[in-house]
Amino acid sequence: MIELRNVGMNYGGGTLLDGVSVALPQGSFHFLTGPSGAGKTTLLKLCYMELRPTSGAVEVFGEDAARLDRDGVAKARRRIGVVHQDCKFLDHLPISENIALPLVVGGRDPQAEAKNIAELLSWTGLTHRAGALPPELSGGERQRAALARAVIMSPEIVIADEPTGNVDWEMSQRLLSLLLELNKMGKSILVATHDLTLIRQAKTKTAARVLRIRDRRVEAAGAEL
Amino acid sequence: MSVAGDLGSLLLGDARADRVVPPTGFTATLTIFASGAMAFLAVFAMALSFATGRLAERWEGALAQSATIRLSAPEGEVERQIGAALRILEQTPGVASARVMTRDEQAELLAPWFGPDLPLDLLPVPRLIEITETAEGFDAEGLRFRLAGEAPGAVLDDHSRWRRPLVEAAGRLRTLGIVSLVLIGGAMAAMITLAAGAALSANAQIIGTLRLVGARDVFIARAFVRRFTLRAAAGAAAGTALAMAAIALLPPAGGEASFLTGLGFRGAEWAWPLVVPLAAASVAFWATRFAALSRLRTLT
Repeated sequence: MIELRNVGMNYGGGTLLDGVSVALPQGSFHFLTGPSGAGKTTLLKLCYMELRPTSGAVEVFGEDAARLDRDGVAKARRRIGVVHQDCKFLDHLPISENIALPLVVGGRDPQAEAKNIAELLSWTGLTHRAGALPPELSGGERQRAALARAVIMSPEIVIADEPTGNVDWEMSQRLLSLLLELNKMGKSILVATHDLTLIRQAKTKTAARVLRIRDRRVEAAGAEL
Repeated sequence: MSVAGDLGSLLLGDARADRVVPPTGFTATLTIFASGAMAFLAVFAMALSFATGRLAERWEGALAQSATIRLSAPEGEVERQIGAALRILEQTPGVASARVMTRDEQAELLAPWFGPDLPLDLLPVPRLIEITETAEGFDAEGLRFRLAGEAPGAVLDDHSRWRRPLVEAAGRLRTLGIVSLVLIGGAMAAMITLAAGAALSANAQIIGTLRLVGARDVFIARAFVRRFTLRAAAGAAAGTALAMAAIALLPPAGGEASFLTGLGFRGAEWAWPLVVPLAAASVAFWATRFAALSRLRTLT
């Protein structure tokens, strides 16, 4: 589904990632962990093609990302749901319209999918906040809304960057259960986090693999997690 | 990016695409004001072109196809040379008619300078023969040559000496009016390109988010193209209406109106300014499309 082959990434003269190879097959659940600044977000950006690797190849849905034109990238991104660390909402639109944004840019009529949107709002517990603007939401509500937006197009893979970074324990449990639910629906999940408790809890409920970035490379984390 | 798709979106509207980009007060005001001002100037340039066109036609029509022979000769020779000149004119291809102006007609011509009681019989005033040309015209040099042989006191004036510079001047004014229209269109395109570029830069973060959720450049550009095209059309419609009102209120032109009082539109010409808002919208459409496509290529 998404595969990084011997990928290297340089930033400002320094090497952030080197010789990274990762495969995210359909239905898999991966955690990506590592210290701050190790390159977790960079690796995620390589997966959804916000960045292009300095070396190596990124294959997305069987196609070399380097060969995709701008429209090709846009189409591929509609098959990837992303929960960004800062959520990336359009602050002038109410949260229900932000959630429906992928439908709008994909040329679908949100009114025709009002039921789907309502279900997502209910699933993420945001029905009562549908008309609120993003700055009016709490951190947890924003993360859940971002997750709802990420899955509205029924993507084949969901990528989340520190989804529990700004939320309390209860909310992180709720987000985890939502991600597990998506995985049970057959979607691949990749979550970048430094929250080891979250990883341990997930491993008790699903066969999640844990990848760790160390010394610019990605390795499978040991049984200590 | 499909032009047909853009036009369809423009005409049918795409409220959802419009909503994803927040309204930007500064560029909106700038675009409306600039297109209004440009439309105002364009209508005046158009009026100038029409006025100079009419002037050129009038001068050309009034003075073309006519010529004059001025005949000065000793008293006993005048009638003989008039007869010779008329005979030559009868035989000259391109001369439709020729007639000797009467003393009364000549007195009338001179009255503005010498008053109505000028004793023409006592003064050596040259006699005048008025010539009307056919559409093909005559060979002025050949006619002069023959007159020099048979009526040496006759001097042919085909009016070209002073007709040509007048017509040329009017023609150049008309060209200047058209060039002004082109320059106004270019300036408007430049201004809208800058405003659209500013709007795109101001919304770079939103564009980035739209891209991340799978928006194609065509979707993002359409929101801007539609917005700027409609603003330019609205501004230009207001500018055009103001300019038309201002022109309509100019003092009316008299029969022999001077150039300035003749500035304006006549009859069906009043329909032409209505093209200005459409032209402004067209300029805005292409300018924004160009700006959007160029800028979106550079924004990640």
